[in-house]
Amino acid sequence: MAKSNKPIIWGTFAAGGEIVSLVMPVIILLTLLAATGHVPTVFSYETMHAFAAGWFGKLVLFVILFLSLWSQAHRLRITCFDFGLRADTLVAIVMYVLAAAGSIATVVFLARI
Amino acid sequence: MGEKMSRRPYVREVPPTSWYFRMPRYMRYMAREVTSIFIGIYTALLLCGLANLSAGPEKWDSFIKSLQAPSSVIFHWLALAFALYNSFTWFNVAPKALPLQFGEELAPDSVVAGGHYVIWVLLSIFILFWAGVF
Repeated sequence: MAKSNKPIIWGTFAAGGEIVSLVMPVIILLTLLAATGHVPTVFSYETMHAFAAGWFGKLVLFVILFLSLWSQAHRLRITCFDFGLRADTLVAIVMYVLAAAGSIATVVFLARI
Repeated sequence: MGEKMSRRPYVREVPPTSWYFRMPRYMRYMAREVTSIFIGIYTALLLCGLANLSAGPEKWDSFIKSLQAPSSVIFHWLALAFALYNSFTWFNVAPKALPLQFGEELAPDSVVAGGHYVIWVLLSIFILFWAGVF
């Protein structure tokens, strides 16, 4: 049987879709509350920093950001094609480079906390 | 080549930038596609927040303040609406994407989709509680 890298791409896409669907609305709701002046207690610097300093918090933040970055990059690539931007190879390179840069940045920021 | 074609093949015109206006279900498909733009930008915003968190208390506080700009509030409402649409449509196709098999039987669609909704609501309530919203 021919080898294919599709399972890896699709696995990330599916896991990303699942995690984004489950947690993104409530995370947006939290920052919306902060945006409208009702800042949740978790967003105080001490609490948030303590969360991101522990290994569990780091893992949670990394999984959410990593999966969201890659699944949105993949979906944006398809969205560009559907809106008539047919330079798929170029779009794919730009999207995946952004996702890779975002993943590296996530690791760097988490390591600094 | 091609100047004296004896046959004229039928070419179906598909306008590449406006094809989705033809049918309501194409529009619903594109509405779901557009959610990736908002969630993508929001993910960049989260990454920006993480950068500010790692840069110290002053930077973090000014990040939280910057969220209160009118453009940010409008973006948040739009992002929330699109994220909810993304979640509903994802959970509704979950029975097709993730069919659960028990022996010879497949779990009914309502169980797979319903299970996702239950987990979604419980997890969201837990995160709100953890964040100190109530």
